[in-house]
Amino acid sequence: MERRAFLALPCLALAAESDAQFVGEAKFYEKLPYKKIRCKLCPRECVIDDRERGYCGVRENRGGKYYTLVHSRIAAAHVDPIEKKPLFHFLPGALAFSVATAGCNVNCKMCQNWDISQSRPEQVRATYFPPSMLADAARQSGCPAVAFTYSEPVVFFEYVLDAAGAARAAGLKTAVISGGYIQQEPLKLMCERVDAIKIDLKGYSEKFYKEVVNGQLKPVLDALATIRRLGRWTEIVYLAIPTLNDSDAEFTGLARWVKTELGVDVPVHFTRFHPEYLLKNLPPTPVKTLERAKAIADAEGLQFVYIGNVPGHPAESTLCPGCKKIVVERIGFTINALHIEKGKCTFCRRPIPGVWGV
Amino acid sequence: MTISRRRLLQASLAGAATGLRGETTRSVVAVGQDARLRTGSSAPDSARLLALLDRCVQRVYERDTPLEAWKQVARRGEVVGLKVNCLAGRGASTSVKLVEAVCERLQQAGIPAADIVIWDRLNSDLESAGFHPSARTGRLRVMGNDELGYDNDLAVFGSAGSLLARTLTRVCDCVINLPVLKDHGIVGATMALKNFFGAIHNPNKYHVNVGDPYVADVYMLPPIRQKVRLHICDAIAPQYEGGPSFMPQWNWPFNGLLVSRDPVALDRTGWQILERKRAEKGMPPLVSVKREPVYILTAADADHRIGTCDPARIARVEV
Repeated sequence: MERRAFLALPCLALAAESDAQFVGEAKFYEKLPYKKIRCKLCPRECVIDDRERGYCGVRENRGGKYYTLVHSRIAAAHVDPIEKKPLFHFLPGALAFSVATAGCNVNCKMCQNWDISQSRPEQVRATYFPPSMLADAARQSGCPAVAFTYSEPVVFFEYVLDAAGAARAAGLKTAVISGGYIQQEPLKLMCERVDAIKIDLKGYSEKFYKEVVNGQLKPVLDALATIRRLGRWTEIVYLAIPTLNDSDAEFTGLARWVKTELGVDVPVHFTRFHPEYLLKNLPPTPVKTLERAKAIADAEGLQFVYIGNVPGHPAESTLCPGCKKIVVERIGFTINALHIEKGKCTFCRRPIPGVWGV
Repeated sequence: MTISRRRLLQASLAGAATGLRGETTRSVVAVGQDARLRTGSSAPDSARLLALLDRCVQRVYERDTPLEAWKQVARRGEVVGLKVNCLAGRGASTSVKLVEAVCERLQQAGIPAADIVIWDRLNSDLESAGFHPSARTGRLRVMGNDELGYDNDLAVFGSAGSLLARTLTRVCDCVINLPVLKDHGIVGATMALKNFFGAIHNPNKYHVNVGDPYVADVYMLPPIRQKVRLHICDAIAPQYEGGPSFMPQWNWPFNGLLVSRDPVALDRTGWQILERKRAEKGMPPLVSVKREPVYILTAADADHRIGTCDPARIARVEV
């Protein structure tokens, strides 16, 4: 529209739309003097004045009470193969009804979904999608699982809890795809409600987390340890970015930490970076870098190390640690062959860790 | 966090190289006060406010009459945006009477009412401060960024990557910045530079590290840097603690305006005013509470050169 034509128009009044259906009191916050609050959901612990929002942009202080603005406010919904998350040891070949709201509690320079993750709820088109509707939509779409993904489920925590409850009641599995930047108490509650949590471990140094992620590494490591201790299925994704987090020291440190703190049977995916958002100046990750990372992790004794975002690479498939035969053969997001029955390798009967059926 | 001598020197030298015009190479900040601007905590007297505004703007543009000065701000045919600050609602937002005074002078200078746009982040914020989003044509337009939304392409400088409000990028030819002088619980103080957090889609991402260097980086985004012509800071009832929310126990009747073409010099001056008031009230300086607004120094450094923060190169003129 020509500018002066716009100026002659009556007020568009888009803001008049009510957001009441998306607003509910937040969990995990502390009231402070002068109507301020301190958010206790993520390690950032934002102190927020009346009428202001936290770093995530989706939780607001209204008169000294803290509210989520994104309950059931779905900004993205797709039916995806579970392998796209990626979760390789969780319902292989299944479809996941995948949803997200606006907002994120970090600001990764390589974010691929920044258009929703770095926006406020009112800045993106959204649909009212209450928990029961989500479960119905998943079943009607032939999805045995629901995934909370794309942006950062931690910031739509209340919806995750409610929707996971509805999904479980409907006989569906649930998965959270997260950066794991969350405090321990809400994490424990989340672990009670969902079946799997995939963590994007974005680097293995505090420097990287500070400069590229705008967060901290330690709380993420603590979250991984808690998820594992509470028995929720977890896999780790490490996006290797040229020059920023792709050193031997980082790969070795990560592999040793996983072996020591989580166990060698936790899957680790080294995935390929593509230039996005604020890191368009860097090239895609060379496949050799990912192969180097895998070799280091293999040498440290990790049993399930994958290479991702390289369709057709042999390291997309799962090998039995016992007989070394392929038990899940993958090309991209497609399962070509599955040789696991009742959680065991069909060749040597060795248990393969994971969640293999609904 | 404290300002090192080296840091101050670097910022000062960079500021000296910005080529700002004014008294020799100094940036003029007109600080106007009128003790009789208000009676108690009532709204300011319109006539006195207009006279105060005139004195400040004439001093900044060094013109003999208000009209001559205002003609330096904008030309007929340009759409003029007035970027107010309304997040805190009534009490700690840009005064409606001040905006009315600016609009009156702009119209006398040849800008039709239909070419004046009063804007901020949200219609609801504007309404809470007493500005009513307009529905009639041919009149002053009041609108939040939620009406037109944001550009699709990221604007990037330094640590800032943001979508800019279309009101700024597509509607306004030039902007008059109308912030409020007040304390800020995270970044220390908020005045001219920080007011442009209201022009981006993701201000919540930029309050970490006391807003440094984010506030300066956001101001460097080209449509902001290129379109802002004048800063008129509402210091009628500034707030020295508890901001940005309205906390009446911590505001005081300064009954003034700070006007400058240099946002860094204005912010530096405002910061000093806040610190003096804090000291007078027995409150610790902002550095002691880890809220020193060092982003103001960053805005003057060699990477930004938005203006000067060197007190020796700021001509604070009482009018």
